[in-house]
Amino acid sequence: MFQSLSDRLQNIFSKLKGHGKLSPSDVDEAMREIRLALLEADVNFKVVKNFVNKIKERAVGAEVLESLTPSQQVIKIVNEEMTALLGSTESKLLYASQPPTVVMLVGLQGSGKTTATAKLAHLARNQGKHPLLIAADIYRPAAIDQLIALGEENNLPVYHMDEKPEKIVETGLKEATKRALDVVIVDTAGRLHIDENMMDELVRLKKLARPHQILLVVDSMTGQDAVNLAKSFQDKLDFDGIILTKLDGDARGGAALSIREVTGRPIKFISLGEKINSLEVFHPDRMASRILGMGDVLTLIEKAQAASDSQQAEELERKIRKSEFTFEDFLSQMRQLKKMGPISQIIKMLPGMPSASGMKNLNVSDKDMVRIEAIIESMTPEERIKPAIIKGSRRERIAKGSGTSVRDVNQLLAQFNQTKKMMKKMLGMSKKMGRKGTFPF
Amino acid sequence: MLQKKKSKLLKRLRSGLSKSRTNLSYQIKNVFQREKITDEVWDDLEAILIGADIGMDATLAIVDDLKKQIKTEHIFDPGELKEFLKKELIKELNTCPNKINPSNLGDISIILMVGVNGTGKTTSIGKLAAQLRGEGKSVTLVAADTFRAAAIEQLQKWAERSGSNFIKHQRGADAAAVVFDAIQSLRAKGSGVNIVDTAGRLHTYVNLMEELKKIKRVTLREADGIPVLTLLVIDATTGQNGIVQAKAFHEALGLDGLILTKLDGTAKGGIAIAIQQQLGVPITMIGFGEEIDDMGPFKAEDFVEALLD
Ligand SMILES: Nc1nc2c(ncn2[C@@H]2O[C@H](COP(=O)(O)OP(=O)(O)OP(=O)(O)O)[C@@H](O)[C@H]2O)c(=O)[nH]1
Ligand SMILES: Nc1nc2c(ncn2[C@@H]2O[C@H](COP(=O)(O)OP(=O)(O)OP(=O)(O)O)[C@@H](O)[C@H]2O)c(=O)[nH]1
Ligand SMILES: [Mg+2]
Ligand SMILES: [Mg+2]
Repeated sequence: MFQSLSDRLQNIFSKLKGHGKLSPSDVDEAMREIRLALLEADVNFKVVKNFVNKIKERAVGAEVLESLTPSQQVIKIVNEEMTALLGSTESKLLYASQPPTVVMLVGLQGSGKTTATAKLAHLARNQGKHPLLIAADIYRPAAIDQLIALGEENNLPVYHMDEKPEKIVETGLKEATKRALDVVIVDTAGRLHIDENMMDELVRLKKLARPHQILLVVDSMTGQDAVNLAKSFQDKLDFDGIILTKLDGDARGGAALSIREVTGRPIKFISLGEKINSLEVFHPDRMASRILGMGDVLTLIEKAQAASDSQQAEELERKIRKSEFTFEDFLSQMRQLKKMGPISQIIKMLPGMPSASGMKNLNVSDKDMVRIEAIIESMTPEERIKPAIIKGSRRERIAKGSGTSVRDVNQLLAQFNQTKKMMKKMLGMSKKMGRKGTFPF
Repeated sequence: MLQKKKSKLLKRLRSGLSKSRTNLSYQIKNVFQREKITDEVWDDLEAILIGADIGMDATLAIVDDLKKQIKTEHIFDPGELKEFLKKELIKELNTCPNKINPSNLGDISIILMVGVNGTGKTTSIGKLAAQLRGEGKSVTLVAADTFRAAAIEQLQKWAERSGSNFIKHQRGADAAAVVFDAIQSLRAKGSGVNIVDTAGRLHTYVNLMEELKKIKRVTLREADGIPVLTLLVIDATTGQNGIVQAKAFHEALGLDGLILTKLDGTAKGGIAIAIQQQLGVPITMIGFGEEIDDMGPFKAEDFVEALLD
C-alpha cells in the first residue's frame, strides 16, 4: 500500500529523457503523487492543498540539476519546502533567568504527558538542573501514583497532595522555591480540546503558575483531527511548543506538519520510547523525510550530489565493481552512517522500512554497531584488505581481541560477503537505470 | 437503562460536533445542499471522507462505487446522495457481523485487551467490567500490564469502581504468569469473566509482540475450551497508522473485535471503517468518555450519522 513516493515519482519521470526544465504537465502529475503520499502520511487535507500549491509554483520551470534525475529534483524541492515549514532551527529547552523555570505539559488523553514530564526532568538534570515534578492530574485513576513511581525509579522529586490542581500547583511552586529547585515541570490531566470546563482549568493554572513554557504533547499517530486539537489548545492557552511522542513506531507523523502549519509553533522535542532517556531534540529535516516516506533517500541524494565529484565515490565504485571492497571501506561507510544518528532510527528512515513486516528481519542495534567496530578494529591491516585469509586461529584471535565470540566474528564475515555481493548487484542496477554517482544503498 | 445509555451516546457525539463547528462540518452541509452533483461535489465528498481518517484507499473505493451507483439509481440531488452514501456505509459496516462480543458472552469466558500505548485499554476494561457486573456476572480484572508505572494501581481502581475481583503480581513480574494464575482461579470457580489488561506496545517491537503471543498461547492452553476473546483497542484520533497497527496485532494474535475509544472528541474514527474493511474484524464497542458508563455497543447507524453529520 505504501509504495514509496520516490518510486512513484520515478515512474512518472521515467518517460522524461535527459534534463532541462520541469514542464507544467510533468509537475502536475508529480503533484498528484505528492498529494497522495502526504494524505497517507496523515497530513491534514487542507494543509496538503496549500502545501502542494506552494511546491507547484516552485517546481514549474525549475532547472533540473546535472547530477539529479527529474524525480530527484522534485523530491529535493518538496523536501526543502517541508523542512522549512517544519522549522529550520532546532529548539532547546530554554531556562528562565529567574529560577525556577516552569514548564507545563498539556494535551489529549494518553498522548504521553506524564511520561514526558519525567523525561524532560531527566533531560534538565543532565544539564545540571534540579527539577521538581508536580502531579496535577487528580482525575485519571492512579495518575499521581504513576508520576510518583516514575520519580522514585529515576530519583526525581515529585510534589503531590490531595487537593484541587490549582492548590497543588500553587503549593508545589512554593515548595520548589523553598528547596531551591530550579526547574518545575507540571503534569496535567489529559483532556479534550472541546471540554470547556477542563480547558478553563488549564487557563486558571496558566494564570497562577505563569509557566515559561507550555508544551502541547501530541501523539505522532494522530490523524486528520490534529489541526482541530492544536488550534483549540492554541486559542485557549497560546502554547509555546510541541512534544511529538511515540515516534519509535512506524507512523509517518504527518500531524507534525499539520500542527506546524496551523499554529506556527515549533516542535521542540520528540519522544522515541517509554524509557526515561528517550526524549530527543527535534530535527526538521529528519521529520520531513519521514513524512515523505522516503527516509534518507534525501540524505543519500545530497551525499550522492556532493560525492559524485569526489574521487572517493568513484574509488568506492571501482572497488565494489572489482570486488576489492574491504573491511576498511566497510568501517568507514559504517562510521559515516553512524554520524546520521542512532542506527535503529536510521533503519526506520530508509525507504520501504516503515512497515512492521520489514522491521522483523532487521535486528541491527547500536550495540551491534559497536561490536562490529570492535571486531574490525581487532583485525590486522592485511586481514582487513584480504578478509579471505581470516581462518580458524585468526578468527579466535580477533574474537579475543574484540571481546566477542568466534560466532560473532563468523557472522560478521558472512554478513560482509553478503553485503559485498549485494552492493555489486545494486550498483549494476543503478547503472542500468541511468543514475550516476548514487550510493549503493 | 439501555435507552438512557444510547441517548447519552448520541448526545455526546453530537455535543462534540456542535462545540466544534469547524470548517469541516460547515463544509459538509454545503456539499449536500448544492443543486447538482458536480465534480466539485465529488471533490468535497472525498475531502470529507479523508478528513474523517477513512484513508485514501477506502475513500477512493467508496467514491468510485458511488459514482457508478448513482447512475443506475438515477440520483441527481446531493441531498439524496448523502442518504445513499449513509445507506451504503451502514450496509458495508454491517457485512461484518459480531459473532461473540462482550454483550453476548456465555457464563464463562476470558477477554484479552490489547493495543498500542495510551489508546484506552485499561479504561475500557473498567467500563466493560461495570457493564458485565450490571448483567450479574462475576468479573475478575487481571493485571497483566506489569510494565508501566502504576498500571496495576490504575486497574485496581477500576476493579473497585466496578465491583470486580482483582488479580495481580508484582510490577515487573512475568505477564503470562499472572494470566496463568487467573485462569486457574476462574476454572476453580467454574463461571465468570476474566478481563486481562496488557501493557500498551507499539506493533513494531518484535520482542513485545512475542510476549503478547506468549500470553495468548498460555491463555488458550489453560483455557482449554473456555471462549477467549481478543479485542484491539483503537483510539479514534488515530490516522492511517491504525491500519498497520491492526494488521500487526491481527497477524500476531488473531483479533475478534475492535473497541474504538475517544469518540467524544472531534475525531471521527474513520480508520475503524478501513480496518474493518481490510481485515474483516468487526467494531464491537465504542468508548465516548472517561466515566464508567461511557461505553456502548457499536451501532453502524449512529456511527455513520456522526461521521457525516
Ligand atoms: N512507545 C512509546 N510509548 C510512549 C511514548 N511516550 C509515552 N508512551 C506510552 O504511552 C502511554 C501513555 O503515556 P502517559 O504518559 O501515561 O500519557 P498521558 O498523556 O499522561 O496520559 P493521560 O494522563 O491519561 O492523559 C504509556 O503507556 C506510555 O508508556 C513514546 O514516545 N513511545
Ligand atoms: N475522552 C476520552 N478519554 C478516554 C477514553 N478512553 C480512555 N480515555 C483516557 O485515555 C487515557 C489513557 O487511557 P488508558 O486506559 O490508561 O489507556 P491504556 O491503553 O491502558 O494505556 P497504556 O496502558 O499506557 O498503554 C486516560 O486518560 C483515559 O481516561 C474515551 O473514550 N474518551
Ligand atoms: Mg498522565
Ligand atoms: Mg493500560
